[in-house]
Amino acid sequence: MIPLSWYLILSAILFCLGVFGFLLKRNIITIFMSIELMLNAVNLSFAAFANYWNTHPTKLVDGSNVVPLSGHIFVFFVMVVAAAEAAVGLAIIISVFRTRETLNVDRVNLLKL
Amino acid sequence: MIIHQVLFIVFGIICVAGAINLLAQRHPINSALSLVVVMASLALVYLLLGAEFVAAVQVIVYAGAIMVLFVFVIMLLNAGAEERTRGSRMALIVGVPGVIVLAGTIAWLLVNQSGHLGGVQIATSDFGETHAIARLLFRNFLLPFEVTSVLILIAIMGAVVLGKKEN
Repeated sequence: MIPLSWYLILSAILFCLGVFGFLLKRNIITIFMSIELMLNAVNLSFAAFANYWNTHPTKLVDGSNVVPLSGHIFVFFVMVVAAAEAAVGLAIIISVFRTRETLNVDRVNLLKL
Repeated sequence: MIIHQVLFIVFGIICVAGAINLLAQRHPINSALSLVVVMASLALVYLLLGAEFVAAVQVIVYAGAIMVLFVFVIMLLNAGAEERTRGSRMALIVGVPGVIVLAGTIAWLLVNQSGHLGGVQIATSDFGETHAIARLLFRNFLLPFEVTSVLILIAIMGAVVLGKKEN
């Protein structure tokens, strides 16, 4: 038996590393990969809580039972949204590269004050 | 039960090491490959949680499809090593200490409250089976599922329009 908090701490560590990457990396593709890392970290807590509620049945405010498997459904939806996001985001990166000839975010800052 | 904890610690360490390597590497292709390592070991952590279907989808969709897309774009754009520019000073001054404080607070709270939270064990019944997930997905979550397909359709059209060459 593993404490639930271990999973949540692993998830928090991965999320914070993702935020670090988002703030510190200068390559637009690596920044995008950091976002995927954050999504993965959140997925891990969804799956951990799904398992937790399976063994610890909990009631909602309105008296109905929590459906533990909903956590897995949410992971599924997050993956779908991440896939859609990756397709659109990488297309945007390609079109940015075509016009600016660079992947460095510091050279794509026309909108910055 | 001790083997369960050992496996969690091993794969957790591989996960974190991969994520740190993602930040440390300067070439995007190396970062992409370490992200594949993170996702593969996360799939094994899902298996420890009894989430078999999620683990399989993680390998197929994330480590497979999405990362292939990333590697494809890196190769297509012939992305070289990251050049070091100064970047945003606000991100360094406010962001980094903020994230450290956030991580510390979360870890401290979780370690303190660990006793109340209880534990997680490998499910013995049919928890996490494809059958149960499919029943939930196509009954309770049918409308979100259908809306998702519209979202993917829009994403495909967006990618085609953005990727098209202007003339």
